[in-house]
Amino acid sequence: MTEKSKPDKARLVELFRSFIDPEYVIEDAETQRPYECDGLSMYCEMPLVVVLPESVEQVQRVLQICHQHGIPVVARGAGTGLCAGAMPHAEGVLLSLAKFNQIVSIDPLARTARVQPGVRNLAITEAAAEHGLYYGPDPSSQIACTIGGNVAENSGGVHCLKYGLTVHNILSVEMLSVEGEKLSIGSQGLDSCGMDLMALITGSEGLLGIVTEVTVKLLPQPEKAQVVMAAFDSVQKAGDAVGGIISRGIIPGGLEMMDTHAISAAEDFAKAGYPKGAEALLLCEVDGTAEEVQEHIAQVESLFAAYGATSIRTSQSEAERALLWKGRKSAFPAVGRISPDYYCMDGTIPRGQLAHVLTEMQRMSDEYQLRVANVFHAGDGNLHPLILFDANVPGEFERTEEFGGRILELCVEVGGCITGEHGVGIEKIRQMPIQFSEQELVQFNAIKDAFDPAGTLNPGKGVPTLRHCQEHRALETRPMPATPTDTGAA
Amino acid sequence: MADITALLQQQVLSARADGSKLNIIGGNSKAFMGRVASGEPLMVAGHSGIVSYQPVELVLTARAGTPLTELVAALDEHNQMLSFEPPRFGGAATIGGTLACNQSGPGRPWWSSVRDQVLGVRLLTGRGEHLRFGGQVMKNVAGYDVSRLQAGAMGSLGLITEVSLKVLPKPAVTRTLVFDVALEDAVALMNRRAAEPKPLSAACWLDNRLYLRLSGARAAVDATLAQWQGQGAESQGTQLEADDTFWAALRDQTLVFFEGDAPLWRFSIKSTAVNPDLPGNWLIDWGGAQRWYRGDASMAQMQQLAETAGGQVSLYRGGDRQADVMHPQARALQLLQQRLKQSFDPDGVLNPGRLYSWM
Repeated sequence: MTEKSKPDKARLVELFRSFIDPEYVIEDAETQRPYECDGLSMYCEMPLVVVLPESVEQVQRVLQICHQHGIPVVARGAGTGLCAGAMPHAEGVLLSLAKFNQIVSIDPLARTARVQPGVRNLAITEAAAEHGLYYGPDPSSQIACTIGGNVAENSGGVHCLKYGLTVHNILSVEMLSVEGEKLSIGSQGLDSCGMDLMALITGSEGLLGIVTEVTVKLLPQPEKAQVVMAAFDSVQKAGDAVGGIISRGIIPGGLEMMDTHAISAAEDFAKAGYPKGAEALLLCEVDGTAEEVQEHIAQVESLFAAYGATSIRTSQSEAERALLWKGRKSAFPAVGRISPDYYCMDGTIPRGQLAHVLTEMQRMSDEYQLRVANVFHAGDGNLHPLILFDANVPGEFERTEEFGGRILELCVEVGGCITGEHGVGIEKIRQMPIQFSEQELVQFNAIKDAFDPAGTLNPGKGVPTLRHCQEHRALETRPMPATPTDTGAA
Repeated sequence: MADITALLQQQVLSARADGSKLNIIGGNSKAFMGRVASGEPLMVAGHSGIVSYQPVELVLTARAGTPLTELVAALDEHNQMLSFEPPRFGGAATIGGTLACNQSGPGRPWWSSVRDQVLGVRLLTGRGEHLRFGGQVMKNVAGYDVSRLQAGAMGSLGLITEVSLKVLPKPAVTRTLVFDVALEDAVALMNRRAAEPKPLSAACWLDNRLYLRLSGARAAVDATLAQWQGQGAESQGTQLEADDTFWAALRDQTLVFFEGDAPLWRFSIKSTAVNPDLPGNWLIDWGGAQRWYRGDASMAQMQQLAETAGGQVSLYRGGDRQADVMHPQARALQLLQQRLKQSFDPDGVLNPGRLYSWM
């Protein structure tokens, strides 16, 4: 693996075309364009070559060639990620797994599905439906995002509190090491001997290997689900009501909060009947057997009343349940209508800190002269502040980024973390030293070295390297973004 | 009830400096697990106490040497629980050892494992560095998941000094149904029941009896009980009185099945797998996904049976503990784990050879 023998672009394309359908070895700028960024389009870069292999053996050969010549490899699923984790490397290969889109098998009795990494999250649930089963994690991008990307980011969704993240819902992966060697991690049992490599791989952002197959767990579809919507005249009261539900021993299937800006935008967009003017809105979904839902819904309604809800509405039909959720699920595009651009943050905080964090954020909002709307996975403390800005106003994106960085610092300060479900990618790499000490970052790098000593898998993402300061400077001088994202997330 | 981090750190640093090895001991309740220990004892039991517990956040943080019984007592006051039902081993088991050995009880398939519920750890590496990974919130994807990596590592990557866990409310009601049914039918029935959207929380088979535990809201449990009692097996199901005693004995491995010196093998396999063809005494838990066997066998034979059944096997207790007792690893995975060990503990100070002979 000498640098001298490194093939140039033309030679690399020729090499790949000797074993991959030439049409799927993409070298021209126009056809490469859709691959220049993921869902966080402020960060974009054109790769050297894009490849779309269709067999594990082809992926293996791509990896072998890249390993031999020290060429960076960035894996990509559907490109819906929100941390620039799939942004290409200018000197590297963008490895799309889009052609790995087959559900290999479903075992209804064992409640598992074997799927290729390019299968869409929602497609698993759709395929399992005939057996009365579904796949638990449901990121808002589930219609488009792929399971391979979910594994890379340890994706969540609105049902995490009860049903867990990706790491809780997968049993095994087949993957390729940076050298192209096959590794089988996990099993069809619930655990394996020794250190938990499944946990290490999940959420590793494509830095440790390339996943070529995933076995996921499937859950029985609940008999019934009902949602209670409650409005409050203060965030504090709504936060207390969430605590009241948990203290009562109820674990809702979903528990979401929106602040007044988000309520207003969502209502204008979705006409779901949200009470505009309320300071906070809670959506609490209870699922389970018919008897359990009936018992818990009654308790939730009376708890909301006791915590001072100004209005309470419970879905009486599937259509009404869907309508109440529609507002929340369209909150991001709705906010996109009231502002030219928005930037979505993803911190997690202890729930009890919510009122404090929102107050501080409002103060910063005044300081930066940028509006912020909040949607909150209240059950698990995952906060998505949406900073509203206009990319056409010079300097406004830079102010937005700085504001966002300060929000993440605030999350860490109150005992939370810089990312709950979107991942670090490039976007939050500058905040990693806020959450982790230098020794901890050195340990992360040592783990990376154990898998990928030359550091060619998704370089520059996830974990700042010891050359971080250098990269930091490079980031600050990167070209300005084209158009900001409007991709919905979580 | 003390923080002895500085003392523990000093012991690791001195061991590293003089080239000696350390044998991590918490409550000394799981000395029978893994390969035979070597090295100077590093006593962690003194590093004990709950650091923080916020019932409304469903999060508890405790020092590694804290006995499980102390955590359970604190949780009881708020009607919450360690949902993974770890074995308490007569009250000696600690939370650090429970995580290091990845110990979860009967509710594991429905209520998660200790590995699933871990939110963060503090870890003393073989370099003597005291590091913090994960945190005290339920969603956290910053950096590699070093916390959950510790589950099952048996201290080979570091001495866990503190654990943050997600805890859960106790179910309002619990009832148990018992059916007379043979092994293969029981495995099929457990899996069919688990595929229904009902409040099943444990499924175990022993001595030709199938035990199904239901937990949740009263109305849901009662309705399911009535529905399942007359269905699914040839015999009518009966409700087990004092069922807590049975599930606690299963959790703590104090049932008669676990007594005696015969080697105890643990299969972690596909829940629907045809039972390995070995005559003798079996106990099936986790709705079919964890199967215990008592008797002499070679690791090579057991490995083959486990792989046929889609999983892995370990010699959990008894037998030859100089030999490897964990499922043999593929060559590439062995190298990878050796490199990971090297990254945390370059001089091999912590629990050498305890997990694998080659690590």
